[in-house]
Amino acid sequence: MDFRGIGAVKTSANRRVMIASIAALIVAPLVIEWLDEPFYLDLVTRIVILSIAAVSLNLILGYGGMISFGHAAYIGIGAYCVGIPAYYAEYGAFTHLSLTILTCTAFAFVTGFVCLRTRGVYFIMITLAFAQMVFFAMVSIEEYGGDDGLVIDLRSEFPAWLDFESPMQLYYACVGVLVLSLWVVHRLVNSRFGMVIRGSAGNDARMQSLGFPTFRYRLLCYVVAGVMCGVAGWLLGNFTNFISPEMMNWTRSGELLFMVVLGGAGSLFGPVLGAAAFILIEELLSGLTVYWQLYFGLFLIAVVLFGKGGLDGLVSRLSRRDPVA
Amino acid sequence: MQSGLVIVQLLNGIQLGVLLFLVAAGLTLVFGVMDFVNLAHGSLYMVGAFICASLTLSLGSFPLAVLLSLPATFAVGLAVEVVFIRHLYHRSHLDQVLATFGLILVFDTLVQIVWGPAGITYPLPNYLNGRVDLLVAEFPLYRLLIIGAGLVVAFGLYLVIGATRAGMLIRAGASNRVMAGALGVDIRALFRYMFAAGAMLAGFGGMMIAPLTEASIGMGNDILLTAFVVIIIGGIGSVRGAFVASLIVGLIDTMGRAFLDDALKLVISNQAAETSAPAVSAMLVYILMAAILYFRPQGLFPLRGR
Repeated sequence: MDFRGIGAVKTSANRRVMIASIAALIVAPLVIEWLDEPFYLDLVTRIVILSIAAVSLNLILGYGGMISFGHAAYIGIGAYCVGIPAYYAEYGAFTHLSLTILTCTAFAFVTGFVCLRTRGVYFIMITLAFAQMVFFAMVSIEEYGGDDGLVIDLRSEFPAWLDFESPMQLYYACVGVLVLSLWVVHRLVNSRFGMVIRGSAGNDARMQSLGFPTFRYRLLCYVVAGVMCGVAGWLLGNFTNFISPEMMNWTRSGELLFMVVLGGAGSLFGPVLGAAAFILIEELLSGLTVYWQLYFGLFLIAVVLFGKGGLDGLVSRLSRRDPVA
Repeated sequence: MQSGLVIVQLLNGIQLGVLLFLVAAGLTLVFGVMDFVNLAHGSLYMVGAFICASLTLSLGSFPLAVLLSLPATFAVGLAVEVVFIRHLYHRSHLDQVLATFGLILVFDTLVQIVWGPAGITYPLPNYLNGRVDLLVAEFPLYRLLIIGAGLVVAFGLYLVIGATRAGMLIRAGASNRVMAGALGVDIRALFRYMFAAGAMLAGFGGMMIAPLTEASIGMGNDILLTAFVVIIIGGIGSVRGAFVASLIVGLIDTMGRAFLDDALKLVISNQAAETSAPAVSAMLVYILMAAILYFRPQGLFPLRGR
């Protein structure tokens, strides 16, 4: 990956696209209601939830240079933090959410401690391996459905002011979390903390010789991204009303990686564009042919071979004021 | 009886290890020499199994089918290298991971188009179907044959890499690609044939195991992930490391699944042991990998000069 673009001044076009997209997400349910096509609300909700996961992956991948191939594990953990309490008839949203945050913190801290000692391709593979570990653990626990997964009979329950059973309210909660995640990533990346993270992605040895204990910074960044993705999993579990190990299969992690790259790694809003494009193309192709995965695979290869800077870079280039190109 | 069971499971573990080695050897060589991460390596394992299945069913002879499938998978590997892989050598690992991830989708769908969505089973010839008496236990002859074949391949690789001109070029390419190229080694051709040879080894693994299980879509992806664990533990790029780690992983996985519940019953209550044993044994290999990487981030046998 090319990290030279990191920190480069993005054009105002990128900012405009971001604001326009978020505005579109806010009015989308109204349009869908008017069209009377509830399926589209499901589609958009899925896009928003996976966008949160992609934004969190972008924090470590795009800015920190940590290529995690196991990020879907956090989606799975978050979802099981809804499913397992619900299995024992515990539906409190704050129980679910705090359980998600605690578990993801613990998992990210422990695995990050091992993973971040490694570099390059070792990091890719060891994050993959840890995610597989969780995957296989959940597959083999028969109590929670094993391979077949677990149906969640009731969604997380909030006090009176929010009701996840209403698709509309769930959707707006997801959009809220997405905006919050974007804000967190924006603030983190542009802080001193973010400078250390980005510097460490560019040249770790130099940052260390400047006196920064980069390991701690990277570990914290890794944990933050994990928790953020866990929250996406918490939303996904609520949204689908069903959890299974399949949610954290390694192909899911690969898809998340691809969303980030498709949208433009190291750009704030790119991953959201990537997630949206990914899900829409998948939806479109699978409606056209049974063998859609063939074309989808070829599309992935083509994007890697010929796409530069992802969709966000495309926006920059189209606005013809790109300082990086 | 108990000792018989232990021996049978030991042999099963070694058989799994040998199979892992067939996949891991190509993976680790391709990475060590070309600095290339190939997620689609498992697809070649699958393709090998499917080609062999078709040939066995149409020719009626399993050994002949294997003999013909080997050059066929070699050719598939060669074609994949020429069409896709060679454009990716100079790209980042992230690009390689993503492109080969796409390649998996392509392979899985192509196999589905050619052979249909269901798996293919094919029978072993009668003379391979017997069991061997090992004094304390009986063991299927064919599984012993897999172990033997794997050991022969391992020894052959050891000889090729250590004692032939091609092996010398591979080692030169692994330690310094640019220098080897400057000294007149045709690095591109070397890569191409090595990639195809790795594909053939993975395909061989698929052919050997398919009569016991079946040739099915996605079979390669399962073993690929374990093969990744193997090459991480062994040290990426090291064939010797891959061999040792394959056996370790194969044995620990098999023994864990077979005996962990009994072992846990000694420490915790029967019921707790029975519920936790499957989960823990599924995680054993990964826990082992984490432990090894914590102490040796480069694996057990790191390549020198990197």
